[in-house]
Amino acid sequence: MDETDRRIVNALQDGFPVCEHAFAQAAAGLGLAKEDLIQRIARMLEAGELTRFGPMYNADRMGGAFTLCAMAVPADDFERVAAIVNAYPEVAHNYEREHSLNMWFVLAAAKPGRIAEVVRDIERRAGWTVLQFPKLDEYFVELKFAL
Amino acid sequence: MSDSLDQRIVRATQAGLPLVPEPYRKVAEDLGVTQQDVLQCINRMVEDGRIRRIGAVPNHYAIGYVANGMSVWDVDDAQVTALGRAVGALNCVSHCYRRPRHPPEWPYNLFAMVHGRDRAEVVAGVAQVAALLGNASRGHDVLYSKRILKKTGLRFG
Repeated sequence: MDETDRRIVNALQDGFPVCEHAFAQAAAGLGLAKEDLIQRIARMLEAGELTRFGPMYNADRMGGAFTLCAMAVPADDFERVAAIVNAYPEVAHNYEREHSLNMWFVLAAAKPGRIAEVVRDIERRAGWTVLQFPKLDEYFVELKFAL
Repeated sequence: MSDSLDQRIVRATQAGLPLVPEPYRKVAEDLGVTQQDVLQCINRMVEDGRIRRIGAVPNHYAIGYVANGMSVWDVDDAQVTALGRAVGALNCVSHCYRRPRHPPEWPYNLFAMVHGRDRAEVVAGVAQVAALLGNASRGHDVLYSKRILKKTGLRFG
């Protein structure tokens, strides 16, 4: 990433226009040609420096159900349980964390009832309790990474 | 086609906007509708909060923010909203939520994800949260990430 790439990412974390000539407008604000802006975004996506470019949908308002879950899994059973958990398409992210609750994953399902089903299923197959931490309120969700 | 235009647009753009000079025209052409239909629909989803924002999402690992710690705090339920907003406004905090306690092993009700370029930056960020909460925090813990076991984007529709 060069200085121009950083400028692009900093500017476009805040928003991309919703209008007919969107790239021309965004490029003008950055003092770039639209072709250059498009090429640079394509390169950063390709290189994995950007995970995505486009609308960020708010999961809560799309009609799905989500919950954060945690399990305390003994070290000698960890890999077996991780494989069980990761195999569910409903598991979006799964992190190992340094704590007695050492496995933290997010369940996402189109229907609320499906979350409870997957939780019961994981508990039965893994043999360990799943604690659920559904979001009760959200205070801030935004990327604020200055580059 | 029983799907609404909203749902079709979500499905067409959830992986990203087309990288062409007029991306919304391309989406409209792919869906067989007018560009105005797409622009109106996206503006409506921005207004009602279904779209948080439109833009570039940096991969925080690729840009050097490789450390993160999930800081969790036990604060009074009567104060959690005001405190959560203040914590969420800190630059080092990327996500801040109220979540249920699971006593006795889990007394924490406020979750704040702290990112940094290394462990020391995360520690400094947690110290900022602690300073902000002061006596309002009755206890806290920090769960550092050790390994990503799975990471796929959420998919809708």
